[in-house]
Amino acid sequence: MRLLGYIAVMALVTYAIRAIPFVLFRKKINSRFVQDFLYYVPYAVLSAMTIPAVLYATDHIVSAAVGAAVAVVLAFFRRGLLTVALSACGAALAVELVMLYLL
Amino acid sequence: MAELTICDYTRGLRHGIPIALGYLSVSFSFGIAAVSQGLDWWVAVLISMTNLTSAGQVAGLGIITAGGTFLEMALAQFIINLRYALMSLSLSQKLSAKYATLHRAITAFAMTDEIFAVASGEPGEVRPAYMYGLATLPFAGWSLGTLLGGLAGTLLPELLCAVLGLAIYGMFIAIIIPPARDSVGVCAVVVLAAAMSCALRYIPAFSGISSGFSIIICAVLASAAGALVFPRKKQGEEAEQ
Repeated sequence: MRLLGYIAVMALVTYAIRAIPFVLFRKKINSRFVQDFLYYVPYAVLSAMTIPAVLYATDHIVSAAVGAAVAVVLAFFRRGLLTVALSACGAALAVELVMLYLL
Repeated sequence: MAELTICDYTRGLRHGIPIALGYLSVSFSFGIAAVSQGLDWWVAVLISMTNLTSAGQVAGLGIITAGGTFLEMALAQFIINLRYALMSLSLSQKLSAKYATLHRAITAFAMTDEIFAVASGEPGEVRPAYMYGLATLPFAGWSLGTLLGGLAGTLLPELLCAVLGLAIYGMFIAIIIPPARDSVGVCAVVVLAAAMSCALRYIPAFSGISSGFSIIICAVLASAAGALVFPRKKQGEEAEQ
């Protein structure tokens, strides 16, 4: 079954990355480049996954864009994860309702 | 076994409570996203229980629904989750002398950004019982949140599900923006990755590149550029994420 194949590949690769250094290595990485590269990877990944995909996360690009903009502003002012996420959803819902009933 | 003490375990459990609460909400939105993209709720739960990682799971979802290859899935997971190797490496320096290989192999499964951050903050050495305790509630929260999200995605009205799909992206935004404010390097990497991601998506010449490979390309190039142009000043700052 192809679906279970995907899940097995995901789980095995992710586990191997975590377990191999934890079980085998006892030394520290010395290369500054590798250290910095690994430090930046999470931010690059999350950014590339979010933009432009976030624009297609709701039924209309307008509500998604408004929701994303609200999230960016709140995150800029250091609101918590939950606040940012729920506010983005709330803003998008408001836009969807306006489009549904008022336009 | 002498190295598995109740005291260490409960201490870890307590430290895991705030992580578990955070995971509950993130995995809730993963569950909704998975169901809204056509997966069954139990598949979403199975993915969460076997992977225990947010970005990798969302990318995996995209590759599954796009019908990508297994190689693409493996490469995408490798790049996206590569940071865990650094965390495992870093935390392995703090483990107690009697930390058995079997316990290493089991607790390595729970190496997430947050669990790593809390375990690294432990004064002194880290014992297995503490790691088991620390991992217990976040794992439960991650699984339960996915279950609830998956069921809610099946039951809630379509309009509500559609906007709740924004939640996981909202959290990603909340994770990357504050450090981007504080660090020119992070800011440059975030902007560069976003620009490349848009280019790969909208420029017709790149239309053959799937979403999984797009993330791999953007992550590797943007992170390498960041490490070359904006090397960080001090050593040993892994714990700050």
